Amino acid sequence: MSDCHDCHVNSVIAPPPRVRSLARKTVALVGPPNSGKSTLFNVLTGLRQKVANFPGVTVEHRTGFLRLDNGREIDLVDLPGVYSLDPRSEDERITRDALSGSIEGIPRPDAVLLILDSTNLGRHLMLAASVLGLGIPTMVILNMADDLHKRGGSVDTQQLASQLDAPVVLISAAKRQGIETIRNYLEGQFAVPRPVELPILQDVPRCRQWSAKLGLRAKYRPPAPPIWTRRLDRVFLHPVAGPLVFLAVVILVFQTIFSGARPLMDGVESLVSISGTWIANQLPDVWWRDLLKEGVWGGVGSVLVFLPQILLLFLFIGLLEDSGYLARAALIADRTMARVGLQGKSFIPLLSAYACAVPAIMATRTIENKRDRIATILIAPFMTCSARLPVYTLIIAAFLPDHPILGRFLGTQAAAMLGLYLLGFLAAVLTARLLKSSILKSDRTPFVLEMPPYRWPTWRFLALRLLDRAHVFLRRAGTVILGVAIALWIMAHLPLKEGKAPPIEESVAGTLGRVVEPAIRPLGFNWKIGIGLLTSLAAREVIVGTLGTIYGIEGDAVDGEASKGLQKALQRDLTPAGGLALLVFFAFAMQCMSTIAVVRRETGGWKWPAVQFAYMTGLAYVSAFAAFHLF
Amino acid sequence: MLQLSFTRKHRPPGGKRATLAELRNGEQAVLERLDLPEDNARRLMELGFLPGNIVSAAHSAPSGDPRVFRVDGSEVALRRETARHMKIRVTD
Repeated sequence: MSDCHDCHVNSVIAPPPRVRSLARKTVALVGPPNSGKSTLFNVLTGLRQKVANFPGVTVEHRTGFLRLDNGREIDLVDLPGVYSLDPRSEDERITRDALSGSIEGIPRPDAVLLILDSTNLGRHLMLAASVLGLGIPTMVILNMADDLHKRGGSVDTQQLASQLDAPVVLISAAKRQGIETIRNYLEGQFAVPRPVELPILQDVPRCRQWSAKLGLRAKYRPPAPPIWTRRLDRVFLHPVAGPLVFLAVVILVFQTIFSGARPLMDGVESLVSISGTWIANQLPDVWWRDLLKEGVWGGVGSVLVFLPQILLLFLFIGLLEDSGYLARAALIADRTMARVGLQGKSFIPLLSAYACAVPAIMATRTIENKRDRIATILIAPFMTCSARLPVYTLIIAAFLPDHPILGRFLGTQAAAMLGLYLLGFLAAVLTARLLKSSILKSDRTPFVLEMPPYRWPTWRFLALRLLDRAHVFLRRAGTVILGVAIALWIMAHLPLKEGKAPPIEESVAGTLGRVVEPAIRPLGFNWKIGIGLLTSLAAREVIVGTLGTIYGIEGDAVDGEASKGLQKALQRDLTPAGGLALLVFFAFAMQCMSTIAVVRRETGGWKWPAVQFAYMTGLAYVSAFAAFHLF
Repeated sequence: MLQLSFTRKHRPPGGKRATLAELRNGEQAVLERLDLPEDNARRLMELGFLPGNIVSAAHSAPSGDPRVFRVDGSEVALRRETARHMKIRVTD
């Protein structure tokens, strides 16, 4: 496929005849980054799509389903954004393999939809050379027609079609113009293209000459430079105003996901608990009533509560990415992030990790460089997420009397809290350095960041993204969390004594606590803390509730009288050094099933979550040991 | 920073060979050669950094690095570590 085809050029092709074939077809969607590929994919398939990773790699692909007016069913596969099919990079190799049908689970496509940015046709047409050379029926879709026309550009699609011997259509996916033509094409008989004269693909300058010649023949007039983008960049990339805008955006994002999401999260929490109680009240007094209420409902609730944060974060990221500002923010943050071996695009995910590592890890998708992405995923859980707060609050309140340090502004307890934030941040920075100078040393790929023109985000696509993220999160993380919650509940309630649940120390969970006790004794923890550490594997804040149960304290243990009781109980069981060790342990350990589940999902296997869990737990153990003995 | 201003001051006018890293906001030049490993050069060429193309420098991050370059109808930001391996012919 790679070499020159010295063949004839065909003339204008007639629209393909419609057929009534009901056989299911596979169609691949291919295009360079920033060509509007995902927008077109969403327009064509709506919500009927599923996400999966390619076997063994971190690259994901989406498959969407379409039913056409003539009854034909189409599986539309969205392949990674690529500039060429040069097999030297992972994305491109996968795209090429998928197009040739050599990837398990993806049949060789019956047709290709090649989407290119019409405002940058000269450069984007180079990809057409690679794709058309494969000999698969291909429709060439020129996107962003509205932008092209607005800025005074034009192209003769009929001419281009006859030059390429492939149907060409000019559309605007965001405005949903020209979509009918694509659907008509998909309904028809896919015509195998007759080979046209193509350049030698390995030779980029020749390819560019080929596409320039093609553009000339198709009377392509490139659009004028985007005036508004230039104007906005004068502000957003201004040496003084730029960083100020950046800081304002950062504060807005942080504030919203950190405190703005709070009322919504509380709302979800009470909704879950009220509905749980209501359902339990409707049921007869059977043994599985408590399992349903505490295990299933509690488990579901512990996942659902993250949803507002995730949706808000993705609303922001969607706005930033679709408008084009995210690339500017990455540019501004790049220098700082480069100091720890990362890059500008890691900044927003790491910032979000202060709220919750789960959406942060999902947000690393905007980082194209695989090693930088993995490094960002690995350090994100060190950031002090909101689930650590109840634990920190409880232990600090139990062991550190509040004295003013700086008058009313800073007390010892607040200072301790800040210190813990700093501790997590330092661990992240040092780990990043360690990773980037060893196993994730940047491949020699240079850092390139395309600056797309600014565009208005459309609500429809923002909503679609949010729904998609919510779906992914609930289905994948939800199943794991639910399983663990049920298992924990059962372990805390077995073996039955006289038909009733035993006291916690005699349950399976209590036995497990005693089993781990020798291992955690050097850190200053006893078996009760051990149970808490085990249950907090599901989610960090679970330890507060668990300790409440173990010490037999009723009610919500975090606030009010119950919290005082829990503090007293902790003081009896832990020395101050043990308290410090527990804080340090929580700062470093990866106690979060949702995070583990999402890392597995995003990295496409158990390798990275296993490495991460071992590293973080090891670091937590060693540091807690040091803290207990040095204090 | 220091070394950069030094180079700028002593750059003879006309066709003296310099690198993309020395272009300031608003200046443009013809790209001559990419002194980078083949894979990387190829990647950059796919983005428009082809020898013979006119590259103009635009805004940068506050520290001056990375900088946005306009080439072949698009805007691409590069770090200085990459830009200084890209030889140019200044046209002013």
